[in-house]
Amino acid sequence: MHDTQLVMYDEDFRKVRTVIQKLVRDANAKGCFVVDRNGQLIGEAGEMQGIDTTSLASLTAGCIAATCGLAKIVGEEEFPVHFHQGQKDNLHITLVAKRIILVVIFDDRSSLGLVRLRVKKAGGELARVFEEIQKKADQGDAGGSGTPFAEITDEDIDNLFSV
Amino acid sequence: MSFINYSSREINCKIVYYGPGLCGKTTNLQYIYSKTNPDVKGKMISLATETERTLFFDFLPLALGQIRGFKTRFHLYTVPGQVFYDASRKLILKGVDGVVFVADSQVERMEANLESMDNLKTNLAEQGYDLTKVPLVIQHNKRDLPNAAPLDEMRRMLNPRANPDFEAAATVGRGVFETLKSVAREVLRDLKQMGR
Repeated sequence: MHDTQLVMYDEDFRKVRTVIQKLVRDANAKGCFVVDRNGQLIGEAGEMQGIDTTSLASLTAGCIAATCGLAKIVGEEEFPVHFHQGQKDNLHITLVAKRIILVVIFDDRSSLGLVRLRVKKAGGELARVFEEIQKKADQGDAGGSGTPFAEITDEDIDNLFSV
Repeated sequence: MSFINYSSREINCKIVYYGPGLCGKTTNLQYIYSKTNPDVKGKMISLATETERTLFFDFLPLALGQIRGFKTRFHLYTVPGQVFYDASRKLILKGVDGVVFVADSQVERMEANLESMDNLKTNLAEQGYDLTKVPLVIQHNKRDLPNAAPLDEMRRMLNPRANPDFEAAATVGRGVFETLKSVAREVLRDLKQMGR
């Protein structure tokens, strides 16, 4: 059942962070998140103080899942781009490579057009990074004895609950 | 689907509380939230109707501690129990690492329990999961009510494979943490086996 387990090493993480840091600068955005489709926060960049990133990740994944469900009902495979307009801040949400969600938070220092343009490029770069991660996982580099789980004992698990 | 991040040295796992409407899934999460140290929990999110019925999901992130230098985080979700929210239930099961099936012990809810268990099996199968292979813990909730069915009968109907199960009264917290610990243990053991 864990065929699609996501394992991310330092090198991959740095690549993701580089892409989203550049996106924040180029799009003049407040911040940017990368979220797994199942609601796990993968990376963030920009002014994220005061934002509950864990909740944001979970709700973004829920939002994408719900709208993809809607898409299927009307005969579309998915709605890959979402835009939520607020009074001050706006959210631009894009589904990348069918697996990763790219969220950009921006205000009136930027514009929807600029964000769209920059997201397109960054989305392509992220898709390549995650393709590599997937390839590694398929080849077994990222799974098997490479995971920290292989070494854990029942005692380790029990200790988690004894504190 | 667990997420292992070597950069931040974190392991994230997803646990879903499943069961028929009004069986106590949200109550489980609320109790965990109320009794957990603020340092280890995040905000609890409830997407509910005005009458406090779960509309989409409840979400509670919990950090349990470290295993081999990795922070272990569990993301707890509930599904909406009402029959007509099936599309939402399917979405929430995506990427699940472990399931808690909360059964309502009241005799008159036995059929609803069976229907929900069947629905869990179907919805997991749609995601490519096999109920017999997913880490599963069963909680027999509402044991404090006078019309609770005998435990043996509930086990026979809902737990034929003898998965770990617990008696509970979630409103007062009885059995809640035992269930959580058990499912977390099952998930980690499952991931350990995967790592071999």
